[in-house]
Amino acid sequence: MNNQYTITNLTVEKSETPLSKDDFVSDQMVRWCPGCGSHAILNSVEAVFPKIGYKKENFMIVSGIGCSSRFPYYVNTYGFHGIHGRASAIATGVKLANPGLSVWIATGDGDSMAIGGNHFIHLIRRNVDVNLLLFNNQIYGLTKGQYSPTSPMGTVTKTSPQGTIEHPFNPGELVIGSQGTFFARVIDSNQKMMTEVMFESARHDGTSVIEILQNCIIFADKTHAMVTSKELRDDRQLHLEDGKPMLFGKDKTKGIRLNGTHLEAVTIGVDGITEKDILVHDQYRADPGIHLMLSKMSPPELPVALGVIRSARFSTYDDLVEEQIHYAKANSKIKCVDDLLNSGDTFTIE
Amino acid sequence: MSNRAKVQEIEDVVVKFVGDSGDGMQLTGTLFSDAAVKAGNDMATFPDFPAEIRAPLNTVAGVSGFQVHIGSSKIHTSGDYCDVLVAMNPASLKANLKWVKPGATIIVDIDTFEEKAFAKAGYDSNPLDNGSLDSYYILKAPVSSMTKAALTDLPVDTKMADKTRNMFALGLMLYIFNRQLEPTIKYINNKFGKNLPVLEANVAVLNAGYNYADTIEALPSIYNIAPAVIEKGKYRNITGNIAAAWGLLAASERSARPLFLGSYPITPATDIMIELARHKSLGAKVFQAEDEIAGICSSLGASFAGSLAVTTTSGPGLSLKSEAIGLAVITELPIVIIDVQRAGPSTGMPTKSEQADLYQALFGRNGECPTVVMAASSPADCFYAAFEAAKIAMEHMTPVLLLSDGYIANGSQLFKIPKVADLPEIHPPIAKPNDPNYKPFRRDPETFVRQWAFPGTEGLRHRVGGLEKENGIGTVSTDPNNHQLMVDMREAKVQKVSEYIADQKIIGENEGDLLIVSWGGTLGAMTSAVDTLQKEGKSVSLAHFKHIMPLPKNTANVLKGFKKILVCELNSGQFVNYLRMKHHEHSYFQYNKVQGLPFMVSDLIAKFNQMLNEK
Ligand code: SF4
Repeated sequence: MNNQYTITNLTVEKSETPLSKDDFVSDQMVRWCPGCGSHAILNSVEAVFPKIGYKKENFMIVSGIGCSSRFPYYVNTYGFHGIHGRASAIATGVKLANPGLSVWIATGDGDSMAIGGNHFIHLIRRNVDVNLLLFNNQIYGLTKGQYSPTSPMGTVTKTSPQGTIEHPFNPGELVIGSQGTFFARVIDSNQKMMTEVMFESARHDGTSVIEILQNCIIFADKTHAMVTSKELRDDRQLHLEDGKPMLFGKDKTKGIRLNGTHLEAVTIGVDGITEKDILVHDQYRADPGIHLMLSKMSPPELPVALGVIRSARFSTYDDLVEEQIHYAKANSKIKCVDDLLNSGDTFTIE
Repeated sequence: MSNRAKVQEIEDVVVKFVGDSGDGMQLTGTLFSDAAVKAGNDMATFPDFPAEIRAPLNTVAGVSGFQVHIGSSKIHTSGDYCDVLVAMNPASLKANLKWVKPGATIIVDIDTFEEKAFAKAGYDSNPLDNGSLDSYYILKAPVSSMTKAALTDLPVDTKMADKTRNMFALGLMLYIFNRQLEPTIKYINNKFGKNLPVLEANVAVLNAGYNYADTIEALPSIYNIAPAVIEKGKYRNITGNIAAAWGLLAASERSARPLFLGSYPITPATDIMIELARHKSLGAKVFQAEDEIAGICSSLGASFAGSLAVTTTSGPGLSLKSEAIGLAVITELPIVIIDVQRAGPSTGMPTKSEQADLYQALFGRNGECPTVVMAASSPADCFYAAFEAAKIAMEHMTPVLLLSDGYIANGSQLFKIPKVADLPEIHPPIAKPNDPNYKPFRRDPETFVRQWAFPGTEGLRHRVGGLEKENGIGTVSTDPNNHQLMVDMREAKVQKVSEYIADQKIIGENEGDLLIVSWGGTLGAMTSAVDTLQKEGKSVSLAHFKHIMPLPKNTANVLKGFKKILVCELNSGQFVNYLRMKHHEHSYFQYNKVQGLPFMVSDLIAKFNQMLNEK
């Protein structure tokens, strides 16, 4: 059986036997609060890893600090629980040292967008082939409830008793602004979509960022309810599928169209609107214009875009590193350190 | 070679080439020292860069210099003061006069000594005319005009005269020091071979300088420095930063662990990264990170994945890396952190050197956080120090902090080329696939070292991280007794390294009146000073430390045989206080200097004599 397949120019070791969820379940007690959205993320990861095809020793999870960052302890893979904000930097080193690994980062909105903001944007800019799960609960959970860089303006927390006075980051906007090649958004409660998106992220060559609207039941319960609640979700969620028109609403009668330079929600049949007017999703498009507009959509005027928003193909940093080394090895006269030591200007004393 | 000039034998000479940043003084100095080396002399050099990249033309702020010390016996330092100063403009004379020995020879480009230039240099009047230089021998050479004249028949533009003036000065100096021109011409051929007009211009001007010196008989005699008695073998000239980079590459090859450098540009450490980036053919992966923290964190990731992981920096960068060094300590992953020290605190004086990061290296982290701390002694020693740092890091699964400094990093000296096969073997404790007994924090009973298991290895999936782990099985633990045990284990593991490093050497007798203690990049000055006094029959010995944490295991023995111990360092007393802590049975005198400058051998000799004379 051929157990090797190739992603770009890199050969990856494939698992010889089919894997199952049990191959990744850890023996450690999961210590997240009962009802925390993180449990669903863990389930999805355990469900998707066996499907990716790598052998189980080739998975690596890296995290920073925060509730999300306990993740490596809860999955049976190689894991590195780092320090606050630095997961992206650690993961970059892991991937460059061994490009044959499937590297996953578990991080939160505070970890990646506040203290680790610099590493986050540079990871994305370089397009290192790793997958980043951004647990966005709009709060600092582990330190017991302070506002984060994604808390909506006016959020009342322990450190903002009168409400926050900062403009929050929209992660998608930041990802695409950092030259991101892959951005998806999912909700913790939709495990089917989450698993599908994780699979696509694994297949994408380059930095894949999945923003997970995760509910912190303790410190920011229902923070995403405007999007996720039963009553509102049909009208406030747009489930994107590549090649399909952007339809939403209970009967899929609403849609998104491009009106001049902005997106607009319309209803089919009203004002002469037909399905032809509705934008068709092209996640692979290199130009990020529409992807950026999609990531910025927010209620009440527009639904929140979910699924894979952008998945563009560009060269990855780790591939280019290997390519340069390959080229140097083929073309340099210096093949070993003895060659180096004796290169250039030397002289002999008799 | 002229038959007219008398040849006078001298033992050694210190020459300093100074000029504006654009005058090519670094190249001139390098070529002059190369010629000396090829004639068999020993040598040491030190470049003196201006702080600004492009300071205003012909000002004191823009002066760039290159000092060369050559001799027929062992040369330890680039020299305190110079015997010959070559000054390409008034500003460089003004900036460097304080480094010129009384009675020394000063060669100036007389064409640049004009009113406008005096004002720019901050001179009220022509220093050559006002008697202020009467105690020196001044050679007023028309360097600029003679250079122009040498180029008249060549197809080059007028700018070429400015670019090749340095070759005139070099030719002149090569004549004065009785050198052949061939090695220099060969170098110029290699450098400019593809550009014939430039090549011809440089050679023509070099010859012009040489012939000028011959013709005018400007100096009463020319000088000859006999070949030094140097061990037979193949040599090259090397700076500390290049040597460090090569030592790491050698360790990578010897250990069969690929080299990964995660680093961020910072003066004066950047040249290590630049050098490693040139050697991708040896498999070195160089990652220029977005900041100092990402530099070390990416390296730690690479270390977990099985690379020889390195990060390079200078003082302020080391501060930024503190938390991640703690992570390396608790995860017990190998990493080499090279700190090329510069004058601090904060940004301090980036182009000036000192040894004031020792406290930071030893103590600058939260928690009980021991790492191995070493210091390189000289430019060539940076090769061996970096190699050993990598060996210790991997074999003992620990971060190793290697201290270098701006002085040895940019300074150069002769380096006897080793064979990689003759370097020590390196055996990292790599775990075997599917080892049923593998536990992330199971320790070797002798060394307390845990095993290294890379992702991808079958049967060894495990997790490391910044949270305290249970000894052995490596799960997260907050058990009080386990924490105590792990703290003790991490300390004991680092202390154990003392059994795997060389004993501390004493240069001189094992007992006597005065023991000089020093560490790191001051070895050259210390050796020169101690050597001088020993030759005078004085009872003084030198213990120069390369290993600081842990100290060599015979340290107590080394310290006990002397009436007085004097600890000399380029800080306010960091190593001496460390010794007071570790070996408190002695009392220590200290000699410190924190001026961003190396020790002057003459100052050291005076201090040692004073110590010997005081009862
Ligand atoms: S504090 Fe919030 S984010 Fe953290 S585990 Fe509990 S519910 Fe989840």
